[in-house]
Amino acid sequence: MFSNLSSRDWTMFLIFSGVVLAAPVLFQPIGAAYPAILQKFCIFGLFAIGFNILFGLTGYLSFGHAAFLGVGSYAAVWSFKLFTMNVVPAVILAIIFAGFFAAVIGFISLRRSGIYFSIITLAFAQMSYNLAYSVLTPLTNGETGLQLSLNDPRVIDHMFIEPGAGLPRTNFFGIDVSGGGLSGFYFTAVLLIIGFYISMRIFRSPFGLQLKAIKSNQNRMRYTGYNTRPYLIAAFVISGVYAGLAGALMACTDPLAGAERMQWTASGEVVLMTILGGVGTLVGPVIGAAVIKYFENIFSSFNDNTLNQFYSFLPEPVREAFVTVSGLFVGEGWSLTLGVVFMLIVIFLPGGIMEGVRRIASLFKGGNKGDGNAAVSGHPQAAE
Amino acid sequence: MDALILQILNGLDKGGAYALIALGLTLVFGTLGVVNFAHGALFMLGAFCAVTFNKFLTLETVTLDPTQQTPWGTAMEIRTPVVEAYLGDFGAVLINYSVPVSVLLAIPVMLVIGIVMERGLIRHFYNRPHADQILVTFGLAIVIQEIIKHYFGANPIPQSAPAMFSGTAQVGMLFGLGDAIPYPWWRLVYLFFSLAVIGLVFAFLQFTTYGMVVRAGMRDRETVGLLGIDIGRRFTVVFGIAAVVAGVAGVMYTPVLPPDFHMGMDFLVLSFVVVVVGGMGSLGGAVAAGFLLGILQSFASMNEVKSIFPGIDQIIIYLVAVVILLTMPRGLMGRKGVMED
Repeated sequence: MFSNLSSRDWTMFLIFSGVVLAAPVLFQPIGAAYPAILQKFCIFGLFAIGFNILFGLTGYLSFGHAAFLGVGSYAAVWSFKLFTMNVVPAVILAIIFAGFFAAVIGFISLRRSGIYFSIITLAFAQMSYNLAYSVLTPLTNGETGLQLSLNDPRVIDHMFIEPGAGLPRTNFFGIDVSGGGLSGFYFTAVLLIIGFYISMRIFRSPFGLQLKAIKSNQNRMRYTGYNTRPYLIAAFVISGVYAGLAGALMACTDPLAGAERMQWTASGEVVLMTILGGVGTLVGPVIGAAVIKYFENIFSSFNDNTLNQFYSFLPEPVREAFVTVSGLFVGEGWSLTLGVVFMLIVIFLPGGIMEGVRRIASLFKGGNKGDGNAAVSGHPQAAE
Repeated sequence: MDALILQILNGLDKGGAYALIALGLTLVFGTLGVVNFAHGALFMLGAFCAVTFNKFLTLETVTLDPTQQTPWGTAMEIRTPVVEAYLGDFGAVLINYSVPVSVLLAIPVMLVIGIVMERGLIRHFYNRPHADQILVTFGLAIVIQEIIKHYFGANPIPQSAPAMFSGTAQVGMLFGLGDAIPYPWWRLVYLFFSLAVIGLVFAFLQFTTYGMVVRAGMRDRETVGLLGIDIGRRFTVVFGIAAVVAGVAGVMYTPVLPPDFHMGMDFLVLSFVVVVVGGMGSLGGAVAAGFLLGILQSFASMNEVKSIFPGIDQIIIYLVAVVILLTMPRGLMGRKGVMED
């Protein structure tokens, strides 16, 4: 059963799980060890892993994945409102809804490929976003966003326990897993590891190879007698389910769902994470997600005062120039940094961080191997 | 009937903006084969050309006039725009007509921006996959947008149309319907302006030798190159022209919609849908689809329609796009073999 995973894969998996589980200790030196941000890493990591299964393996660039994230969030919050504050039903419900939604959208949009596919998925995401803001207000609570309230039925919870005074918190069979706690982090971390394992199995399975074949030459694949559509739809639904799961986890950390999660900028963000980490690699997307969320956190908290302190070793006029220039990129200007980094990555390092790591590694291993890697660098393949 | 004509008119000016942006997108795609996600940012940059020009014109000098007193007993401050002080009445006219005059300013500015963009960035992406082109121009769009946000703030900056065009026109008179159809003058101006620009672009491509070479290059770049024509340089100019078209579309749209930093992205998403509906690579298709979707959108926002299909006004464009792409895979007028793999 485990035959298609090599011992190298197992090593990678174990290292990955180890790093994730030890994150509250390991990330101490860079100041990202508190659960709230670690949870963000995990959630967006899951989102990016799922997106990578579609984009990395099949090459179909979807610009509408945020729609599934939004659907997952709404489904989870409704489960909190109607049934119970336990996160298990919420996650399951979110997965079912997001999967169903992805199946419908995938069935329609996968009839086309290339830019047409991107535009159709974008159109569907924008439709969901606009509808969530306007007509579906009874379901989505429009601009305010869907929130918990004291009057919610919560039928299952009410059968067992008396409702407390304040708003209840999300729990996993009694353990508080809402945002900001260590137990909450470990809940998302375990799901991230499971999600990573499943994606690794997909990458190494015959199904994964078929998806890669679609990316490299869909026509040739058709000539050999494969009908590619079912594989594409399966990949689309799987990545939609990952997005739904990420949405549900967002709702678990903070039981609130808003339509802005479905906007196309959110779809763009996950594309960015995947590209930054390395398209088609296993750990790349998680690294990309963590890097972006980490720097978002750091950079947006900077202001001119912190910058002045940072450059305090410089003489006055030079310092002012530095502060003015870098002030553009921090605080409110974080998106500018993101855009610049995004462009630099696409221009100079299309394989993302993972390719950068490979290039550096090959430098140390000696010249011959480096040349070989440079030749394939234009077409980033799975991390081998 | 009145309502019907009014909705068509309402759709036409928005459709004009869509058509102009989509025209530029298609031009770039047809010549350079590049999917330019930063095209909306060019539209927005054009709009901010108008804002900058207007700011420049309305720089004021403050003088104290001791003969007049404010209610607090101090001398009244008289604010005069510098331009008016130096140029007199002509300055006042200039301020009044700042939006149309900025078109003249925007043309060279956008031409330079477009050419720099093509030479500096887009050129390196001709042989890269479409996904890379989408991503790098998407990044560029974010960068431009954020720079504009940094200098002009996040709030929309309203611009006024020249006083002569700020009222409403009684369009109904033309159709013999009395004064039942009031329609803002400026929107009418915008409609004719967009038609004129579209006409100019088509005339340039159709009736000049330069345009003929460009059209030939769109069909078969290699052969044109073999004939000893530097097709790359011509395509750079075409990119500049596309930027100018988007820019002037943005300038003239400022009195209709106060420009803010994300207007480009808002229009870009819709314009892409327009391009795809019209058919990738077809200029006529882009223009037709632009007006068509503009009109459909304004019909969908009629109350009668909304009461039957609630929310239809929000999604009509995307819905039409999905339906058209599924039934006519190449869009309305798409050419065979363009972006089919």
